Amino acid sequence: MAHFDKNAKPFSNKWLDERIAINTLKRVLNTEYWIPKDINFLWAMGMVLAATFGLLVISGIFLLMYYKPDTNLAFDSVNYTIMAEVGYGWLWRHIHGVGASIVFLIIYIHMFTGIYYGSYKQGRELIWLSGMGLFVAFSAEAFSGYMLPWGQMSYWAGMVITNLFSGGSLEAYGLVEWIRGDYVPGDAFLTRFFMLHVLLIPLVIIGLIVLHFGTLRLPHVNNQEGAEIDFVEAGELWKAGKRKESKVIPFSPVFLSKDIFVMGVYFILFFYLVFYHFDFAMDPVNFDPADGLKTPAHIYPEWYFLWSYEILRPFGKDVGLIAFAIAQVAFVFLPFIDRSPNVAPAHKRGLFQIWFWVLIIDLIVLTAMGKLPPTDPVFAIVGLISACLFLAMGPILFIITIFEKKLEKGE
Amino acid sequence: MEKKRRDFMGLSLGLFTAAGGVGALYAMKRTWDPLPSVQAAGFSTIDLALAKPNELLVEKWRGKPIFILKKTPEMETHKRDIIVGGERYHVSIGLCTHLGCIPAYKKDTKTFFCACHGGVFDISGIQTPGLPPPSPLEIPPFKIEGTTLVLGEEGPEYLQMKTDGLTV
Repeated sequence: MAHFDKNAKPFSNKWLDERIAINTLKRVLNTEYWIPKDINFLWAMGMVLAATFGLLVISGIFLLMYYKPDTNLAFDSVNYTIMAEVGYGWLWRHIHGVGASIVFLIIYIHMFTGIYYGSYKQGRELIWLSGMGLFVAFSAEAFSGYMLPWGQMSYWAGMVITNLFSGGSLEAYGLVEWIRGDYVPGDAFLTRFFMLHVLLIPLVIIGLIVLHFGTLRLPHVNNQEGAEIDFVEAGELWKAGKRKESKVIPFSPVFLSKDIFVMGVYFILFFYLVFYHFDFAMDPVNFDPADGLKTPAHIYPEWYFLWSYEILRPFGKDVGLIAFAIAQVAFVFLPFIDRSPNVAPAHKRGLFQIWFWVLIIDLIVLTAMGKLPPTDPVFAIVGLISACLFLAMGPILFIITIFEKKLEKGE
Repeated sequence: MEKKRRDFMGLSLGLFTAAGGVGALYAMKRTWDPLPSVQAAGFSTIDLALAKPNELLVEKWRGKPIFILKKTPEMETHKRDIIVGGERYHVSIGLCTHLGCIPAYKKDTKTFFCACHGGVFDISGIQTPGLPPPSPLEIPPFKIEGTTLVLGEEGPEYLQMKTDGLTV
């Protein structure tokens, strides 16, 4: 049996260390988890995301106290009970709505920071893959949550998105009805998406966050130059008191305090939106109760899905579905499409830099086109070109990175 | 010898848990199935006398909108028309065959227009080529009874349309 000091005070450091190895945990997860100094505020987005997820969970818990997952009651439980009767119910709803929208903005920033600095390869592949898993899980969480107020946009988004599973000419309507539990989105549909939103998908997200952090621990975070750092050596320098000479800082308390500063700035913006501009996250059409006999004049997804929606739209049904499916999974394969030997910021990688900014602009154009009604022929052509360009970006990356020459150290 | 015994134990446990896993998956699949009460509520009767020429009548069947359009004599006829008492009717499930939005009927152009992705169907529910919808508006299973239609039942006229490939 292990040794337990009978004289150790309960819950003292020694007492805890003998029972759960708290000193080892602190060392591995905090004081000797080395973070490079050469980073910027974009490296704080991970913790900003974790904090936003925390806010979504907390606000969700309070919404759950009054929300009723029933097609006859859901709309009023949100728009009347929570908004008008429950004390500060509006606060939880607006935090939840704004949080759901902003979390995608931060996810995209986090993701494109990773792409810009090449933080998805040479040891960091699993960080990227678990991150893409989180993106998918967050998308499912956003979609299932969008069903719950049971307004017109909830109903018709549910109708259109579940219809995607008919697989075009495969006409798998049985599968669509199975997913819905009904011929059209109805009570069975609402209650199962409620279950997914409040239990199953959050559990998956929490598991994936743990995995995502875990995959980061050994490769460590990247840095602004993509420099390969000997973390053991740099850590020893720090521990020896040569903090200026060392290239690293400990995760906690040093890096975390910087994280918390960025979070502070972020939360000022976040709560400004919650209190004064929550309406951007509340589509007016969704304040009409769901009606299966009336499609809204123009339906569109929330802003964070517009780019992929626009890839579906310009093509015929089958081609559209295939293009859409490719767009959904394309980013997952990034570590394997990028053949370049360099982990370096885009501005040092020649053609890759151009590729990166073309991708960003293309995604912005797709997002803008996705919001427009489908009637304007000029914009339809712009949408078609942007969608084709997006699909071509993968093969283009493959080709340009094959020819990317190896950068010399310190170049 | 020892190794063989352990292999056997491992294999037995594996098979046993796999069988349990398959059973559990089947139970989960069945729980997601549409309820019998949902599937049974599948019949609606529609009185065609309510329809006026060139005015879209929308009824409900299995939660889906049903389009009934009484054609005027000038309108183009089609084999998909349902003929009752000498009058021609276009009857279809009012969901775009692209992704299931409800198209709106435009009286002046005499077309159905889907606002979601811009699909267009003509007066007989035939899609305009080159736009997202891949197939005509579907005709629900129907049976003619006097001047009414029973939706959900398959009458001879419906079966004929099905054999002719006019609807899925």
